[in-house]
Amino acid sequence: MSNYLIRRVLYGLLVLIGVNLITFVLFFKVNSPEDMARMALGGKRVTEQAVEQWKRERGYDLPLLVNTEKQGVDQLTQTIFFQKSVPMFAGDFGSADDGRNIAEEIANRALPSLALAVPVFVLGLLFNIVFSLLLTFFRGTYLDLTGVVLCVLAMSISGLFYIIGGQYLFSKTLALVPISGFDPGADAWRFLILPVLIGVFSGLGGGTRWYRTIFLEEVNKDYVRTARSKGLSEAQVLGRHVLRNGLIPILTGSVTVIPLLFMGSLISESFFGIPGLGSYTIEAIQSQDFGVVRAMVFIGSALYLVGLILTDVAYTIADPRVRLS
Amino acid sequence: MAVSRVLAQGLARAFRFGVLATSLVLVSACGDAPNNPYVESTEDLKLSTLYTAFIARPKHLDPAQSYTSDEAEFTYQTYEPLFQYHYFKRPYTLQPLTATELPEPVYLDEAGKPLPADAPMAQVKTSVYTIQIKPGILYQPHPAFAKTPEGQHLYHALGDKAERYKSPWQFEKTDTRELTADDYVYEIKRLASSRIVSPILGHMGDYIVGLNTLAETLKKHDEALKAKIQKDTGSRFAPATAQLPWLDLRQFDLPGAKALDTHTIEIRVNGKYPQFKYWLAMPFFAPIPWEADAFYSQAGFVKNNLTLDWWPVGTGPYMLTENDPNARMILSRNPNFRGEPYPSEGEPGDAEAGLLADAGQQMPFIDRVVFTREKEGIPYWNKFLQGYYDSSGVSADTFDQAIKSSTEGDSALTADMQAKGIRLETSVATSIFYLGFNWLDPVVGPGKTPTDAERARLLRQAIAIAVDWEEFSQIFTNGRALPAHGPVVPGIFGHEPGVEGFNTKVYNIVDGKPVRKPVADALALLEKAGYKNGIDPRTGKPLSLALDTTGGGPGDKARFDWYRKQFSKLNIELEIRATDWNRFQEKIRKGNAQLFFLGWNADYPDPENFLFLLYGPNSRAKTAGENASNYSNPQYDAMFERMKTMPDSDERAAVIASMTDLVQDDVPWLFAFTPKQFGLIHHWVANVKPNDLARNDIKYQRIDVAKRNAARVEWNKPQWWPIPVILILLALFIWPAWAAWKKRELAMGVREDLAKPVEAGQ
Repeated sequence: MSNYLIRRVLYGLLVLIGVNLITFVLFFKVNSPEDMARMALGGKRVTEQAVEQWKRERGYDLPLLVNTEKQGVDQLTQTIFFQKSVPMFAGDFGSADDGRNIAEEIANRALPSLALAVPVFVLGLLFNIVFSLLLTFFRGTYLDLTGVVLCVLAMSISGLFYIIGGQYLFSKTLALVPISGFDPGADAWRFLILPVLIGVFSGLGGGTRWYRTIFLEEVNKDYVRTARSKGLSEAQVLGRHVLRNGLIPILTGSVTVIPLLFMGSLISESFFGIPGLGSYTIEAIQSQDFGVVRAMVFIGSALYLVGLILTDVAYTIADPRVRLS
Repeated sequence: MAVSRVLAQGLARAFRFGVLATSLVLVSACGDAPNNPYVESTEDLKLSTLYTAFIARPKHLDPAQSYTSDEAEFTYQTYEPLFQYHYFKRPYTLQPLTATELPEPVYLDEAGKPLPADAPMAQVKTSVYTIQIKPGILYQPHPAFAKTPEGQHLYHALGDKAERYKSPWQFEKTDTRELTADDYVYEIKRLASSRIVSPILGHMGDYIVGLNTLAETLKKHDEALKAKIQKDTGSRFAPATAQLPWLDLRQFDLPGAKALDTHTIEIRVNGKYPQFKYWLAMPFFAPIPWEADAFYSQAGFVKNNLTLDWWPVGTGPYMLTENDPNARMILSRNPNFRGEPYPSEGEPGDAEAGLLADAGQQMPFIDRVVFTREKEGIPYWNKFLQGYYDSSGVSADTFDQAIKSSTEGDSALTADMQAKGIRLETSVATSIFYLGFNWLDPVVGPGKTPTDAERARLLRQAIAIAVDWEEFSQIFTNGRALPAHGPVVPGIFGHEPGVEGFNTKVYNIVDGKPVRKPVADALALLEKAGYKNGIDPRTGKPLSLALDTTGGGPGDKARFDWYRKQFSKLNIELEIRATDWNRFQEKIRKGNAQLFFLGWNADYPDPENFLFLLYGPNSRAKTAGENASNYSNPQYDAMFERMKTMPDSDERAAVIASMTDLVQDDVPWLFAFTPKQFGLIHHWVANVKPNDLARNDIKYQRIDVAKRNAARVEWNKPQWWPIPVILILLALFIWPAWAAWKKRELAMGVREDLAKPVEAGQ
């Protein structure tokens, strides 16, 4: 398995280089360094002198990919692409356009994002599995039908509605929890309880329906019939056999996203005032801050690759028949 | 039946536990209402705190770089330039802040000889401002000033230890020192530094003697230093600016800014520039102690964002004590602030409104200001209604909830707002929005011949009548916009508010009020221009014009449709060219747009700051100036040059009136509107008078904490009853499922030995 993992990591490095190149080309296809400078400097009294100084001070005065004024290796190294990309592989993300250290900013914002995303993920997974197993248990009955209808109804409603409705009901009308805000200390739960509940509830419809489909597929297989014929209770059949065999597709969808949890949620964090990473990339794209965009794309890609590798490893745990080679 | 009984008991126990646990957790966590979004210590609760919000995060708090209103909220409370605007007087009036008095520049000719105050601009080679600052002003406590007993600065050479610190408040020792004239000189030199990008260097470089030369010197110095570092280290990577060692700007000479003694500063300005005094009221000209620059230039600090750009060091009434621009920023009272008496005079009506009740008392009144970031309007608004923010703006979404408009166009609070004791404060912004015609365009611009010029002028006049900005205001701003009649906005010298100021090219005056001319008049002008019924004689089809604008999303469609509708009154086809900000700016810069929509916020309250937007030599396409429409009229330019250096007087007002008449006739812009700002303020906040320029306004305000606490309690009574209801509903939902489950389990005849594997080993 270790050979497999080393191979996957090396492939991952190639993917990261490719992603970085694509990000670079796409970004500078749309924005030039001059555009970035003018966006950062604002619309008033911007002179060519200020634009040039901004570019020079941040290293955007170099050519993008090839520096024809240099000789030898410097033709490639004295470029924006090399100067901005290579340090990232050593963990140096540099500074945002506003001068703030990107690594520090990510570290500060990751915890609030995780504080929201992890409970939503864990509780969501738990409730989705429990409800889908319940519906599987009652398959073909009115309870199953009612559950599916409720799931479709829940899926059909925008997540934003749950947020605004939840804030209106629990914060404004009932005055039970703060409408928005965050505290990094012991009081964090007061600010997280509502967004977590809403996050779990809003994902319940889709998750339950999906898992129900997976379990229904398993529940009619021969090994389930065998388990029943052994006299196992339906709860044990579902919990011990069907759940375990249905885990592969669930793991594919779940483990992959675990590393990405810290990237946060744009809408939830914005509405609940949670100072996470959810809006960091979007704000950077809007303000044409290439430093932040490349760092976040790089980290997102790396985490996705980690998630895929973790998923492969998880397969071997969930299903001993799977071997990584 | 036994199963049901056990289940019922279990559910009942779970229900009781749930109610008890939830109630205990919520109640124990909150001393007051459980929806209070602030987590504060007992000490903090004793302070008079202003709670407010910020939407966009500030990007720079370095006074040499900061230029946006989001940042001004912080820089104006922490830094003190030489002058400030009177909090109450309108038109805006400059007054000393750290200076002892307002400056009277001395004008010198080419030979350096003094000239009279009214000397013509052409004769003035240099204006000399000599300004005294008040003695005894102290900086906020800061580790940059801390010294060892031997007099060495304690924290200026931390080396690797620098990376341990994330905030100046983590240092064990702090100190202060007196404000000196050198600190102002140091900041002026910083404007020229190549390590920061000051947005006003280009402008000020033309005026402050020697600033451009200094900028060139500093640029060469840093380039040489970076090259040397790269060569010495053999790295392929250019060193970042933050890695450079501190550059002591005191060693560089700047002829335009000198400290004559500890409390006297001399600034030399090229030529005659009376508006320069207004710049001295902006944080660009706030003092920076060299110690702060040296302290923050340590390499290890930048990793933790411990920089002068993020942690101000000022003499103002407040200092930044918490700085997370993504979540919360806190200003606390500067213990070294000298105190400043509350104004004792204002405009008529201010005393009657109770605004002068604190006259003569020492400011500031508020101990602490908590800025919380709110990215969305709904939580912001609801928290204001809950009493957790002390003031709020009025967005389009909440307008109907807060404001009722009468048929006469007056605005008043709704009954709900009045019941909460909220009051409405309105003000007219020192801003203007306009729809510009590109003077370089062959159709809407003056062209090459007098005939072309006249045709285009009549076309522009016709469009000016047709585009109904009053309707725009009602549809898109809830009536919160004043139609503009000229380039100078209300509150600025030269603006004529009455009949005299109405744009008679666009409006008829009926009963002393302006009434937009009928479209028939516009069509008649169009016919005179050669576009009868809007038909372009060259093509035989309706005239087609193009409006360049930003946006283009679904939210902009209504606005674009409105524009098209206005032009269709003249049978002119309007093509909307929506694009992103970069491309839009590029078109304006290159003079490629035909029509475009722009706005301008005043830097300072002088008509020059608006009229220069139409000054020919400021053409955007030709000289990268602020004249985006590239308007050029020698008559206007001559009047502008005369007006620019005149003191406020009847003569100056007359010149401005002539200039306004000229552009009303020439129509380089459709004067669209000036925004009206609406602010809602809770009854416990006193001494609020909205303004656009005196941004150091927090020191004047006062909070009645007891009233606020009472209101918060009354408005945020928690309702616990839904919790048991929800639990009962859940139980009702679970009960049949559980019962059905057990029923099916029993019906299937479970083998207990396999069903309980742990017990199977028995």
